[in-house]
This record gives sequence, C-alpha cells and structure tokens, in this order.
Amino acid sequence: MPDQLLYAMEVSLNGLMAGIMYALVALGFVLIFKASGIFNYAQGVLALFAALTLVGLQQGQIPFSHVINAIFGTELHSFGWTLPAIVAIALTALVMVGLAWLIERLVLKHLVNQEPIILFMATIGLAYFLEGLGDVMWGADIKKLDVGLPQGISETIDALTFNAFGYGFFIDRLDIVAAVVAALLVASLTLFSQYTKYGRALRAVADDHQAALSVGISLRFIWVLVWSIAGFVALVAGIMWGSKSGVQFSLSLIALKALPVLMLGGFTSIPGAIVGGLIIGMGEKLFEFFAGPLIGGATENWFAYVLALLFLVFRPQGLFGERIIERV
Amino acid sequence: MFYREAGDFKTSYVDDSQTFPIRFDRMRYYAVLVLGFGILPFVMNDYWANAVFVPFLIYAIAAIGLNILTGYCGQVSLGTGGFMAVGAYACYKLMTAFPWMPMPVNVLLAGLVTAGVGVLFGLPSLRIKGFYLAVATLAAQFFLVWLFNKVPWFYNYSASGQITAPERTLLGVAVTGASTPAWAKYLFCAVFLFVLAWLARNLTRGTVGRKWMAIRDMDIAAEIIGVNPLTTKLSAFAVSSFYIGIAGALFFAVYLGAAEVGEAFGIQKSFLILFMVIIGGLGSIFGSFAGAAFLVLLPVLLKNLLVGGLGWPTDLAAHIELMIVGALIIVFLILEPHGLAQLWRVAKEKLRLWPFPH
Repeated sequence: MPDQLLYAMEVSLNGLMAGIMYALVALGFVLIFKASGIFNYAQGVLALFAALTLVGLQQGQIPFSHVINAIFGTELHSFGWTLPAIVAIALTALVMVGLAWLIERLVLKHLVNQEPIILFMATIGLAYFLEGLGDVMWGADIKKLDVGLPQGISETIDALTFNAFGYGFFIDRLDIVAAVVAALLVASLTLFSQYTKYGRALRAVADDHQAALSVGISLRFIWVLVWSIAGFVALVAGIMWGSKSGVQFSLSLIALKALPVLMLGGFTSIPGAIVGGLIIGMGEKLFEFFAGPLIGGATENWFAYVLALLFLVFRPQGLFGERIIERV
Repeated sequence: MFYREAGDFKTSYVDDSQTFPIRFDRMRYYAVLVLGFGILPFVMNDYWANAVFVPFLIYAIAAIGLNILTGYCGQVSLGTGGFMAVGAYACYKLMTAFPWMPMPVNVLLAGLVTAGVGVLFGLPSLRIKGFYLAVATLAAQFFLVWLFNKVPWFYNYSASGQITAPERTLLGVAVTGASTPAWAKYLFCAVFLFVLAWLARNLTRGTVGRKWMAIRDMDIAAEIIGVNPLTTKLSAFAVSSFYIGIAGALFFAVYLGAAEVGEAFGIQKSFLILFMVIIGGLGSIFGSFAGAAFLVLLPVLLKNLLVGGLGWPTDLAAHIELMIVGALIIVFLILEPHGLAQLWRVAKEKLRLWPFPH
C-alpha cells in the first residue's frame, strides 16, 4: 500500500479518536438542551471545574488557600494527604451534584420563562463565575491529572497494523479508553432515559414542559437531575482531557470545539453528538493533513465550524436534529 | 413636574416625528452634547481618556452595531470580534497603501469593507436560525482570525505578525500614532460615535428599522406581509458590520496603536460586546451606550478597589474580578432581563407622573 494512504488512514483513525473526545463534551450540551432548552455555554468550564476539583481533592489541597494566604498572610497549602483516585472521583461527582443544585436554586429558578438568549447569556455569566471560582479555589497553575488511566502508544495496535501493512499506526491508549468510556456512557444514558422512571420523566420534560408539569413531574427536580448528569459527563470529559493535556485554563475552550459537533449532529440528539464528533474529528484531521501544508496550517481552529456551516445550509436542523416546523 | 408632554403642542409633522418629544429630554440631549464635545475634551487627562473614555466610545459604536443585528433584527451573532478584526486590518492596509488618504476616509472605507464581509457571512442566516446561526457566526470569528494570522500580506510581512498604526494627522493634529494627545483621540472617536448613533437612531425608526423588527418578531409573518427576508436580513448584516468595522478600525488605529489579531479581536471580544448589548438592553440605542459604559467602568472600578484599595496580588484580583463580573451578569439578567434601557424607561414613566401618585 502506498505510504500516503497509510498515513491518511492513521490520521483518520486518530481523528475518530479526537472526535470521541469532542463528543464527550457535546453530550453534556445535548442533555441540558433537550431537557430545558438552555444552550449551556458553561459545559466546557464545568469540565475544567470538575477536573480542578478532582486534582485538588486527590492531592489534598486546601480550597481557597490562595485567598486565605493573601488576606491573613498565612502559609496554608495542603492537608498533607493524597486520596485514592476512585474516592476522589466519587467526591468530585458529589461536588458536581451540589453545584447542579446550587445552579438550579440560585440561577435557573429565577429565569423560568425567559427568552433562550437570556438563558444563554446567563450560562456565559456562569462560565465566567465558575472559571474564576475554580482558579480562586485551587490556584491557576497547570496541574497534572493522573487517575491511573493507561497512556502512551498502544503496542497491540502498533504490532497488529505493522503485521498487516508493514507500518505501525500510532494510537494513544488513552484515546482507546476514552472511546470505550464514551460508548459506555451513551449506552447507559440511553438505557437510563428509556427504561427508568426518571429517564421517562426527563424525556417528558424535554418534549413539553407544561404537559410534563400537568402530569405531576417536578420540573425543578428534573433540572437538578439533568444538570447533575451534565456535571457527571463534564467530570468524565474533564478526566479524559485532563489526563491528555494537563488541567489548565485551555480546558474550558474545548466547549468551543464541541459547538460545531452539536451543529452537525443536531442540538437534540445524543447519537448525533457522537456521529457529529466522529465526522468533525476525522474531517479536521484529514483536512489538516491534506490541505494544511498548502495554506499555512492550524486549520483545525476553524475547519470544523466551516464544515458545520456548509452542512447546515443544506440541512438546517443538523443530521439527527428534530425537524424544525414553523407556524405563524 | 418638568418631565411631561403637557403644553408641548405639535403643529407640524416635523414636530410630531422628532426623536425627543419631551422638552426635558431635548434639553438633556443638548446638555450631554455640550458636556461631551465642549467640556470633557479640555479637562480630561491621559489616564481617564485611555482607561475609560476612548474604550467606552469605541465599544459603544460596536455595541450599537451588534444591537442593530441582534436587538433589532433578531440575528444573534458571535462573530463581532472577527468583524472588528476585518475593520482593523482594512484600516491598516489602507493607511499603509495610501499614506495621503485622510484618516476619516480610511475608517469609513474600512467600515465598508467590513460591511461586504458581513453580508458574505450573513448569507447563511437565510437558511439557519436561532442558536444554529449563533454558532455558525463563530465560523466567521475563527476563520477571520486565522486568516489574518496566516496570510502575511495582511500584516505587510512584518516580523512580529503585529500591525502598527503609522502616524496620521487631521487638521494638523495627530490622531493616530504614539504622539497623539488624549483629547484628539477622544474627539476623533466621539465625532464618529455621535454621527453613527444619530444615524442608527433614525434608521431604526424608519422603514428599514421597522422591517428589521418585523423579521425579528416573526420572520414568516413578516414575509407574508411583504417584507423581503433576503434584503432585510442582509441589510441588517451590512449596516451592523459597517458599525463594527468602524469600531474595529478605531480600536486598532486610535486606541491600541498596535494589535495582534488573536489577542485584540478574539472570541472574548465577541462575548464582551454581546454582554454590553444584553446588559444595556436589546433593541435600544441608549442601551448600547449604557451597556458599554457599564462594562468598561466595572473592571476599572474592581481593579482599583481590589488591587489599589485592598492590596491583593494582581492574579488573584483578576480571578475574583472574573467571578464578580460573572455573578453580576447573572444577577442582572435575573433582576432586569431587558437591561439598563428598561430601568431607564421605568424611571421615565415614574418621572412623568411625579410628584403625583397616579
């Protein structure tokens, strides 16, 4: 097989893996948009906040130590323990549930029945707040996240492809783990929404708020629930991205990567988020591979958006989005 | 007591269609003009001009531009930063290619170039609506910033990739470049703001503005009563981008002097200007002024308070500032989703009756 084709295959495989990482963030968006019609810009910052909290808890860092030190002149830094990863993850999940409850209580409750743009702006405000809070609580330095996920080149795939084509593909083992986790997450979310009482309530709310209210579903509980789930998805995304590239501010920018995925897949479809992620991931890597050298590189910044834009011109609701029906 | 229409009789159509029908409003408007053009330029110092007034004037222009698109025509755009970059780079290319051209012409031409680019990126709005459109405009933001970073022609092959405004004079006074006096910067921007705001105010209450609002309120219904969505949406994109382009040109040439595209016109700028529009009030020219003033003053105040007043380290203060801005935005949206302009309207209604209760 010619080298060029082999490279392209490797690039597209890696693109698929990157796409899964995007899809992990996009999932959180879709969940919240479906259940409450809120376009949650803060999803990326939620992932950052979750990852920061996880690292902080794991290393026994004292929250707000910077502020305390600055005000009282003390030298506090750490409790001096390290938690096992699984305990830290469970604690962080609890923190995310608490955060969901607070968000519902302090923000969303007061914004019922507002226009979507106002809610969208509120989530941007929330994103600013959480970004500041995360930095104030845990410090703004770049942190290393290690919860024992495998990293580095996967020898199995390397050997397998070397035997088949005479050229070993480079696939990060972390990406494979991410793919498996994403598959599990989607499967369990689907099962949850199809077969459990609360899952059905969730779908009812997504379908029609007022009808759901009238059959006795508590809207506020559903919102806390859905923000908790979104927080949990953000935690998973935060762990994956944090292990890959360290926990730092740029983590919150992955939200911007997830937006074209959403547009492509449709704001209301969970499978759409995955398929959109795969298309975007593969598309942008292949475009960079073929066209990048010709036009100066770093096309990944915008290619996804332009692809999604062109796509939308032909199908305005995305691949799997609900058909938009307009009446006067 | 003074703030009412009573006794203000209208005898001609011109009287009837004036912008400020209440005498007190007219007086206030003239007073603001005298203050802005006759007093402030002579008393302000460098710090006030650079930290508060010049950014306020420029952001107000950008906010009016975005308000035309989002507030009046209902098309949410997150590409403001990218369009400002178009204005800045167009202005830079014009300034360096035609050194004899007067500066106001440069700025206006930069606005026209941006209007063209805006129409191009506005085309998808005919098919895409709502949040899909908002995200689609991000394509403009990222693509334009990338373009100005990667194509050396735009920054005249300078080694640093930055663009630097050469000195240009107007009526013998420098308006761009390092030796520009503060009052000249202020006056140059203020004249643009005044003319553009006057134009926007009159556009939005005429035929064009009513078409925009019809499309905003319900596009299908508007189409049925004979508003052409193609020309209406594209004209909103064109006018809005014209304003934003001018703001970008002034931001680069007059305020910054030198700019790097990712830093000066990144996605944060798009959000900042959208915040100004929302906090000020969608669909209100006064709101654009109020929102710009609020978001320009707030960081300056917080910084003075936290770093200057309490002596906290700068990085910590920056994070706390982020938290406060975020929280304030949320609080604001909860208390008054229609922005400062709505507060102003409520106050005016109260004033009309004062001192009587009903």
